[in-house]
Amino acid sequence: MPGITREEVAHLARLARLELKDEELDHFAGQLDDIIGAVARVSEVADQDVPPTSHPLPLTNVMRPDEVRPSLTPEQALSGAPAQEQQRFKVPQILGEE
Amino acid sequence: MTVTDLVPYEDALATYDPVMGLEVHVELGTATKMFCGCATTLGAEPNSQTCPTCLGLPGSLPVVNATGVESAVKIGLALNCTIADWCRFARKNYFYPDMPKNFQTSQYDEPIAFDGYLDVQLEDGEVFRVHIERAHMEEDTGKSTHIGGATGRIHGARHSLLDYNRAGIPLIEIVTKPIEGAGERAPEVAKAYVAELRELIRALGVSEARMEMGQMRCDVNLSLRPHGTEKFGTRSETKNVNSLRSVERAARFEIQRHAAVLSSGGTIIQETRHFHEEDGSTTSGRVKEEAEDYRYFPEPDLVPVAPSREWVEELRAGLPELPRVRRNRLREEWGVSEHDMQSILNAGAVDLIVATVEAGADSAAARKWWMGELARRANEDGVELSALPITPEQVARVTALVADGSLNDKLARQAIEGVLAGEGDPDTVVEKRGLKVVSDEGALGTAVDEAIAANAAIADKIRGGKVAAAGALVGAVMKATRGQADAARVRELILERLAAKE
Amino acid sequence: MSANKEATAMADLIKLTAAEIAAKIASGELTAVEVTEAHLARIEAVDEKVHAFLHVDREGALAQARAVDEKRARGEELGPLAGVPLALKDIFTTEGMPTTVGSKILEGWIPPYDATLTKKLKAADVVILGKTNMDEFAMGSSTENSAYGPTGNPWDLTKIPGGSGGGSSAALASFQAPLAIGTDTGGSIRQPAAVTGTVGVKPTYGGVSRYGMVAFSSSLDQGGPCARTVLDAALLHEAIAGHDPLDSTSIDAPVPPVVEAARNGSVEGMRVGVVKQFRGEGYQAGVIQRFDESVALLKELGAEIVELDCPSFDLALAAYYLIAPSECSSNLARFDAMRYGLRVGDDSTKSAEEVTALTREAGFGPEVKRRIMLGTYALSSGYYDAYYGSAQKVRTLITRDFEKAFEQVDVIVSPTTPTTAFPIGERADDPMAMYLADVCTLPINLAGNAAMSLPCGLAPEDGLPVGLQIVAPAMKDDRLYKVGAAVEAAFTEKWGHHLLEEAPAL
Ligand SMILES: [Mg+2]
Ligand SMILES: [Zn+2]
Repeated sequence: MPGITREEVAHLARLARLELKDEELDHFAGQLDDIIGAVARVSEVADQDVPPTSHPLPLTNVMRPDEVRPSLTPEQALSGAPAQEQQRFKVPQILGEE
Repeated sequence: MTVTDLVPYEDALATYDPVMGLEVHVELGTATKMFCGCATTLGAEPNSQTCPTCLGLPGSLPVVNATGVESAVKIGLALNCTIADWCRFARKNYFYPDMPKNFQTSQYDEPIAFDGYLDVQLEDGEVFRVHIERAHMEEDTGKSTHIGGATGRIHGARHSLLDYNRAGIPLIEIVTKPIEGAGERAPEVAKAYVAELRELIRALGVSEARMEMGQMRCDVNLSLRPHGTEKFGTRSETKNVNSLRSVERAARFEIQRHAAVLSSGGTIIQETRHFHEEDGSTTSGRVKEEAEDYRYFPEPDLVPVAPSREWVEELRAGLPELPRVRRNRLREEWGVSEHDMQSILNAGAVDLIVATVEAGADSAAARKWWMGELARRANEDGVELSALPITPEQVARVTALVADGSLNDKLARQAIEGVLAGEGDPDTVVEKRGLKVVSDEGALGTAVDEAIAANAAIADKIRGGKVAAAGALVGAVMKATRGQADAARVRELILERLAAKE
Repeated sequence: MSANKEATAMADLIKLTAAEIAAKIASGELTAVEVTEAHLARIEAVDEKVHAFLHVDREGALAQARAVDEKRARGEELGPLAGVPLALKDIFTTEGMPTTVGSKILEGWIPPYDATLTKKLKAADVVILGKTNMDEFAMGSSTENSAYGPTGNPWDLTKIPGGSGGGSSAALASFQAPLAIGTDTGGSIRQPAAVTGTVGVKPTYGGVSRYGMVAFSSSLDQGGPCARTVLDAALLHEAIAGHDPLDSTSIDAPVPPVVEAARNGSVEGMRVGVVKQFRGEGYQAGVIQRFDESVALLKELGAEIVELDCPSFDLALAAYYLIAPSECSSNLARFDAMRYGLRVGDDSTKSAEEVTALTREAGFGPEVKRRIMLGTYALSSGYYDAYYGSAQKVRTLITRDFEKAFEQVDVIVSPTTPTTAFPIGERADDPMAMYLADVCTLPINLAGNAAMSLPCGLAPEDGLPVGLQIVAPAMKDDRLYKVGAAVEAAFTEKWGHHLLEEAPAL
């Protein structure tokens, strides 16, 4: 049975880019623990030699020809942008990799 | 930027054995993006080649570009890979503003091609086999411009501007298995591998693979281990190295840097590093404190790709002659040495010479022009040979004019100069500049007579048997005809008129 | 006409079925504008209490209606739903009309494109009245998770209308629209239909395009029709279904003959399965009673009843609550404050990363965060095999149970949901209790089958509607309508009216 700690919740929140408040960390730690406890039953089948199903349909090879379709106009593309400049999306400074 | 300690290259190799891994991303030259119908044309206005799918708008869905898959299979086959009979796309989850969905649609444990190899030829002619782990399909990111920083770099930038025209352009990522046993030639192997791969991609016609345009980028993973040990050392990942020369330099630099750290009792930290063209150094990028957790899972919006065996065999049968095979064939046909062939290759002249020969030129003549006059010009102008404003057909025409005696070498050079200057095709330039060799015997005779009359003393010497003095008269005639005479014929005429015998 | 008479006429008009409205418009007995105005007036009159709509597009709806009337005036042939008003779940993109998915993070977002389903509705001359309320990002079974406040159940406004498509089901049950669109990831069409006494169909996965439907869990989501009658649902089903080259998971095959089936209801000679896993603890007595009566009715109508054992269904809820959150954690990563939607904390000192985290914290509600966290956990390295990997194996086992079952029967029936509508607020902070509402519906999503919910009476203990679920194999959606139409006809005859006639006036 998993025991999800506050630290784990904080780590998950970082991965998921959620700036959770302290009380949320505690609250979620308890709730996630309950939910995981309840759904962990699926691992009963972990050893069974059953193929996983990722898609409900047995389709393969759905492709489109390499033909250009009309794009949005830049105005349409930028229509929802919180900020824009020089016909580009304006975003706060990006940290990390160049 | 801190000064990095390095140990001399030879010393590093005396103690350590380098192990490399090369990851190359190739942007395919398809008309549309990998998962949507937006055009991939270079140089379009910002955000003019975007749609709900490549902008990651809520509700949008991907559909696979058939040509993208076909290109991936071709690359896989050319790299002697096994082509999966069933594979899936996967989502690689991480946040980054230039990636509209905050996951990259890629392939994870089920690449379309795996377990192959590429033979690369080193400068000395030795063939080194690089084993390929996998080649898989994925998509490119958008482009960010950083505003407000001193150098346009991320650090110090106040904000960034994003253009998603490039987001979603098909990429093939080709990953080698660890390259062991290259020893001191590791940097050369790295360069030769990337060069060979580039030729191969071009030969397949799936991409122009222009590194300077970012159409092909290489990540160099490198680690050292003491001689005689098996276990790999900790590696560094030098990202986005954008030229053949840089690939070699980056590998060399990292060997020297790792050796310095290890020899002084330090440990290498696993990190990404940036390469700097200016001085060939690398600097620390992002330290990977904890293993990256990309939370890969099969892309539920796309169905599996299952290339039929018939189709794969059809593609295999249609593969063009592979670059190394072709190079060897051409080398024999042209009768050049390994070394000369390498120079031709390095100059990017192979295809130009082939095309010139196809346009009717003799291979020696074609080589002479491309590797001589034209290579010099390209070098002066700092452009690729293929970027010069002259076509193989035009070069072939010049060689034809030389062959039929209409032009001599000097005039031919002027004709080429005229073409490069945009004065038109060779015949037009010859016409406009009046470059034809003066072969009109009457005009030439008059010029010879005038030269004899004007240089009586020299003429006398020749009459007296000093045939060697004829050169001075030939020079005078050539000067009078502004170089447009056939020098050999002029000499003949002079000797004839002065009844001198050689 | 006197004001009184006019009010009566409007009351009659809004109670018409979609099929009747379309016929009257086609014959000229009614104009599309009259019909639209009547429904807009109804919305004005009751939606303050019900809160089914997040956005009403009065001008757009009237313009569409006028276009239908003009078409008729020109003598052009009208489609089977031309001029019929519809309430569209706020999860489908609508060019030029807000699309919020019930979330603060998309407040004010106006998409630059239409979903394929939106396009199809427009092409069918259906009049889109507006966008309906829903649990944020379709996560929930009560519509309480909407960032814009809950919707009331027209049978009792203190009760939940089901979820996530509570706005659509409430709009139908309160006669604000004769047709609505829902989406069903674990039961979000069927469970709201069950608790409001309406009809809802989850088509076969891949039967209706997902392009332009904001994704919750891609491998489970499916848009579908909501209506007050089986025939209306079939007409709408036909209008929105079919292959879409923009959706790779869309089935490239003809739409099953659903309308024909709805017009020819019968269970004569059919084998109907009853799964033993769909009863027991947690099932309300009145729900079981009405379900058992329905099974008896089916038998009376000539069906053969077959008992089925589907042991893996016991693991369906667990598998669902791993797969759906996993996919959603990835699908919702795009809401990062960079290209559209809310942006919080951009004071020109914070980084993009910080602004993304602050925006997501402020823009997502607790259930959405809970599922993102759960999905992030289930996919993270070290847990993937035990959780996501195992859940996908369970999915295979459930599909096999269905395959085995459908070797023995033509359709399966069950209660749609174990209880009738519960009070708003009762399960709000008890996720596991909330998740139980979908225990009968989500095995169908995991397998990709087709299923319908239709009313089968009121639970004696609380007088609230009970839903009967019918399940058919993939691409046999027509069987739902054949059985549903027969059951509906028999119940209507038994009750002497449509069940909604028993709902209190608003
Ligand atoms: Mg990659
Ligand atoms: Zn696009």
